[in-house]
Amino acid sequence: MATNTVQRSGHPGHPARWPLWATPVLVLALAYGLVPLVASDYVFDALLIPFLALSLAAVGLNLLTGYAGQLSLGSAAFMAVGVYAAYNFQLRVQGLPLLAAIALGGVAATLVGVVFGLPSLRLRGFYLAVSTLAAQFFVQWALTKFGWFSNDNPSGVIDAPPLAVAGVAFDTPAGRYLFALSVVAVLTALVWRVTRTPTGHHFIAVRDNELAARVIGVPVLRTKLLAFALSSFVIGVAGVLWGFVYLRTVEPAGFNLDRSFQILFIIIIGGLATLRGAFLGAALIVLFPLLLSRLGSLLLGQWFDSGVLELCQRIALGALIVGFLIAEPRGLAALWERLVARCCRRPAAAHGA
Amino acid sequence: MSFVRHLKTAALASAIALTGLQAAQAQTAAAPAKPAQQQEQFFPLQSYRVGPYAAGGTGFFGGFIDYLNLINTRDGGVGGVKLTWAEGETQYEVERGVEVYERLKNRPGIAAWNPLSVGIAYALIDRVTADKVPLITINHGRTDTTDGAVFKYIFPLLVNPYSETSGIVNYLGTKVGGLDKLKGKKIVVLYHGSPYGKETIPIYELLAQKYGFTVQQIEVPHPGNEQQSQWLTIRRAKPDFVVLRGWGVMNPVALKTAQKTGFPVDRIVGNIWSNSEEDVIPAGDAAKGYVAIGSVAPGTQYPVLQDIIKTVYDAGKGNLEDRKRIGTVYHNLGVVNGILNVEAVRIAQAKFGKRTLTGDEVRWGLENLKLDEARVAALGAKGLFHSINVSWDNHEGEGYVAFQQWDGKQWKQVSDWIAPDWKLLRPIIDKSALAYAKEKNIKVRKSIDD
Repeated sequence: MATNTVQRSGHPGHPARWPLWATPVLVLALAYGLVPLVASDYVFDALLIPFLALSLAAVGLNLLTGYAGQLSLGSAAFMAVGVYAAYNFQLRVQGLPLLAAIALGGVAATLVGVVFGLPSLRLRGFYLAVSTLAAQFFVQWALTKFGWFSNDNPSGVIDAPPLAVAGVAFDTPAGRYLFALSVVAVLTALVWRVTRTPTGHHFIAVRDNELAARVIGVPVLRTKLLAFALSSFVIGVAGVLWGFVYLRTVEPAGFNLDRSFQILFIIIIGGLATLRGAFLGAALIVLFPLLLSRLGSLLLGQWFDSGVLELCQRIALGALIVGFLIAEPRGLAALWERLVARCCRRPAAAHGA
Repeated sequence: MSFVRHLKTAALASAIALTGLQAAQAQTAAAPAKPAQQQEQFFPLQSYRVGPYAAGGTGFFGGFIDYLNLINTRDGGVGGVKLTWAEGETQYEVERGVEVYERLKNRPGIAAWNPLSVGIAYALIDRVTADKVPLITINHGRTDTTDGAVFKYIFPLLVNPYSETSGIVNYLGTKVGGLDKLKGKKIVVLYHGSPYGKETIPIYELLAQKYGFTVQQIEVPHPGNEQQSQWLTIRRAKPDFVVLRGWGVMNPVALKTAQKTGFPVDRIVGNIWSNSEEDVIPAGDAAKGYVAIGSVAPGTQYPVLQDIIKTVYDAGKGNLEDRKRIGTVYHNLGVVNGILNVEAVRIAQAKFGKRTLTGDEVRWGLENLKLDEARVAALGAKGLFHSINVSWDNHEGEGYVAFQQWDGKQWKQVSDWIAPDWKLLRPIIDKSALAYAKEKNIKVRKSIDD
């Protein structure tokens, strides 16, 4: 058991014989194999797909805020850039495959992200957050102001193109879910890989102490811009999933400041600098309010109108978030690890930690 | 060994997750799957009772539910079929509207969807078309859905955004002494920064060209509780008229800011969503003398409203918390929306039989929804709204509009029922609808049976 304790400091909660790849593989096996068999259309279309899209956005923001320590309030703007760019590429380039359009949407978000990441070279913390607000307002303004972005649709609303890759159409709820799942899995794996390269270590060095990082030779400027670029790419693709796969219609107002805050809250509640946290946080923020609302209308729907219930749910959700964060300030990911550790090590090692 | 233990934990966790999923599913499926003894027609309501547009939501859905209640209590349903409904809160947000749609769409016997939000309606166009259930956007919506040959399941009933705009411009014409006198005049359109608000931008441009006035369109970002800069722009522009294309809190703020910046209220005209008591009462003095367009008249003097008060509210089953709101614009619009939904079901029942209808059958009913003035009077709604005449390729139904003025206490109608200039608008609508059909590869219908 002594060896266990030592190794645990490396990967908390995971003893030696549980390989690193096993958890993701297990989760993916369940997500691909089992979920499509048991879930209903409602679960796909209203729960899992928005959950996946927001999880991916949170993974992207986590790279920037959690790993590289750059606070950003522009996530919704980068999502919007992603989806509008993908839409326009698909519309204006004949025969462009969907996946290429999605990737180009991500690239467009990257470019915008780098531009709005430039202030990070001079600003830190809350000052940087305020400057990323500029992205939020500018992008929404530009998308509303210039009809070209929405193909001059009078209402400024765009319709998502049909989802088809190499002739295979993903037009059922389960199909859309698998499509989103695949995109999320691939990008999450890439992000995970990045965090384990020297670049990923640079991110953490910059976050923990910028001056020290500079002294030991980390290229701080390049690292920060790279963090903005990678993060914006992932968030841009998440925006495409949100628009094309989930809502299947897009208007700029759907990507307002509330959405940016929502994504920021996801990573704070889920746990900064953990990929697992992005998913746990998204589950809490996306699924829990719906669960509460269903429960509320089921139990109390006869006595109160939906307005009263809605307000009660907000209070309950707020209280719960406060409760979670008091129990574990490092977020749900840390809470989860503690739980796993407690369940699996009892009785031998519970007190050993 | 510990690997095995971990596997166990993982298995347990997945089992729990699966149970959760199944429970969620069971809940969806647990909706009334009652035996055939009582036929029911279901109305899923994507309502909003909190958020910036709660006044509109509570009034409209309150009126809608009150009318359904009246039909159930007074007539025992439609042709013996009981009307049922369930609400899901959307807060006027698209994603919540979509969630509610997915949640309620598997209930049996859905008659029609009535989201009262252009954003949500846009998101549902593909979905209802695939599910073959009608989507009703009374007095709002996407204008080109008027063309039923392309948009088989979408119904912008009564007055679509272009008709409304045409009505407003015609009214401004009468104010200056004829449409030809509009030449050289300047009109500012102050619109809500949402799909709803933007819908009429092209038609104002077009009418400006046709009649020779200049138009400047200024956006007020959602929700619109700060308009100082917009009204300063208006003051600089010195327009002859301002058309207020507002929604919710934007309207009283606009009227108050107009007063502050010294723009006279008698040169402001409100559109069809800037015409309620909730828009003018908070503005106080600033709203006195304000004129707005409407397709539904306010007041409680109509027999159908009296029936609702007697049968529903006196029995303690009224949906509005505040009885004073009975007969307000939003409430009456909800009642009229109820009438149109219920009559469509009744007309469809005459063809398909007195039973729970499918969405497609109700669509047929809507496409034959012809209520002339006599039928409207028989429904106890004479004067509440004029008439409607929907056909398979005209999903709006040629509703009439009237203008009303706020005297500080209540709305007074200041015009007769006027017909918008449908002939002028129809070619634009057809062009837009055909472009949509081409983009989406939709087969254009040739008759009601397509």
